[in-house]
Amino acid sequence: MANRITLNMITQRSIEEGVAMEKGKTTPEYFEACSIIEMHDDDVRALGLVPNQLVRVTSECGSVVVKTVRGRQSLYPGLAFIPQGVWANQVVPPRTQATGEPQYSGFPVTVEPVNGERRKSALELVQGAVGMWRGDQ
Amino acid sequence: MSKKVENVGCPYCGVCCDDLVVTVSDDGKKILEVENACAIGNQIFHHATGGERVRLPRLRQPDGTYKDISYDEAIDYAANVLYKAKKPLIYGFGSTNCEGMAAAAKVAEKAGAVLDNCASICHGSSFLAIFDNGYPSCTLGETKNRADVIVYWGANPAHAHPRHMSRYSIFPRGFFTGKGHKSRKIIVVDPRHTDTAQVADIYLQVQQGHDYELFDAFRAVVRGHEIPDVVAGIRREQIVEVADILKKARFGTIFYGMGLCHSDGRNHNVDIAISLTRDLNDFTKWTIMAMRGHYNITGPGAVWSWQYGYPYCLDLTKRDIAHMNPGETSSIDLAMRDEVDAFINIGTDAGAHFPIDAVKHLRKHPWITIDPNICMASEISDLHIPVGIVGVEVPGIVYRMDNVPIQYRKVIDPPEGVISDEEVFERIHKRLCELEAEEVAKEPVKAAPEGVRVGE
Repeated sequence: MANRITLNMITQRSIEEGVAMEKGKTTPEYFEACSIIEMHDDDVRALGLVPNQLVRVTSECGSVVVKTVRGRQSLYPGLAFIPQGVWANQVVPPRTQATGEPQYSGFPVTVEPVNGERRKSALELVQGAVGMWRGDQ
Repeated sequence: MSKKVENVGCPYCGVCCDDLVVTVSDDGKKILEVENACAIGNQIFHHATGGERVRLPRLRQPDGTYKDISYDEAIDYAANVLYKAKKPLIYGFGSTNCEGMAAAAKVAEKAGAVLDNCASICHGSSFLAIFDNGYPSCTLGETKNRADVIVYWGANPAHAHPRHMSRYSIFPRGFFTGKGHKSRKIIVVDPRHTDTAQVADIYLQVQQGHDYELFDAFRAVVRGHEIPDVVAGIRREQIVEVADILKKARFGTIFYGMGLCHSDGRNHNVDIAISLTRDLNDFTKWTIMAMRGHYNITGPGAVWSWQYGYPYCLDLTKRDIAHMNPGETSSIDLAMRDEVDAFINIGTDAGAHFPIDAVKHLRKHPWITIDPNICMASEISDLHIPVGIVGVEVPGIVYRMDNVPIQYRKVIDPPEGVISDEEVFERIHKRLCELEAEEVAKEPVKAAPEGVRVGE
């Protein structure tokens, strides 16, 4: 069992994210729709994860804690998916290959189980990143 | 007595469904029911009157809280931020009407700003490829009425454009496609076995980031050349089988999405998709279409191309001399190089959808959000100006993903006192003109050199 593995990350829309986004990005629905990661069963087993276990995802530019879920839309081993949104964008590299478009899909991340940590809310992540987070709001 | 409003346009995705039926309460203030919309569109309409709305502009205070201010004060604040900035960035526009986009362009030109839209982080790569290689496209109606082979490549409409398949591509019965999905072949190419792949006749699980090679293999086979045993994770036999289906189609459409634009290669992936489409037209009729995201993200491309000649990443720092060079004048690149000193987020949520590093750079400077809702951008702004929701409370022109303009209507009034994006920008423009005139009036009258009359 590995302590951490390296996966290829993609981020795209999910309908759950779309519905929750229109309801509001501070709602519990948005939190549950977006603060998740989907991986292939082989990779889940390699990390010894149980369903709903929290993992830390780290890329070249940041890290974020998300929950492991078994998605309906399957991936092949080595590929991971976080729905587009606040949590994904904590790790999306801003490099654009001179096109203006960030590397939303196809960038390496390490995934490792975490204990004693929690998923941060959307507001905590975004306001925290720019020094505006004032505690639970 | 409640009232039913028919043929309402949906302000969610680029499919621009215009067959919604919205039931409004007898006082015209509450949306009771929405028929025909997808889950996301349904949520937009119900959210408009179902929850708390911001009714006045909010200005950030020194203690970090927001304080309600009047629209006049907000317009003055925004105009002053733009007036003082050397190179402001005005970004967004996926969720507003063309009238608002045109008004914003006036402001950008007056302020010497960079004007950019969500295509910059979405289908901007498509523009680059289309500039280089053309766009053999069609309308969604042509696909519905003629297409017998549909390809979704790097697109997942089951999630991102929920009614695309039922209205235009797979399921509808059209003029020459009377048997609906029974007479159509559906091919899905995606690294994930998506919900869209569930309805495919053939699913190709391409290796992520290797789309270019697979397009190249299809081009080679279509032209009669040999290819390796496996390309991008797909066996040669399957590539040959699909290429044969593509060549024998009566009419085909390739719908492609962010799988091409967000992966390595970006515009080159789209470029070769267009080339494959062109090659296939040696055998039969093939078309290609970008799965545009927001309901009017095609709009700024149409409006600004007409006004300035460029669809996005417009550098107007030299006022009416427009310049466009993605990589240089694109929002993310400008942010990461710290080249802009004020940011207006309009009709989008850069706080949630930009990589966080870009958000951190932009937030070093004044940040203004113009949006109907509380979102991540509004919650890190210096100023949040609420506006009416286009398609629900504000009418206007929007462009569907196939560049067809549609007149959207409103079904209810916005909350009392809340104005439209267009009015916000028109008033900012007026205030900018006033500030400019005040500045000119303050300047001392230049003494005319000897022998030269004043005015020469």
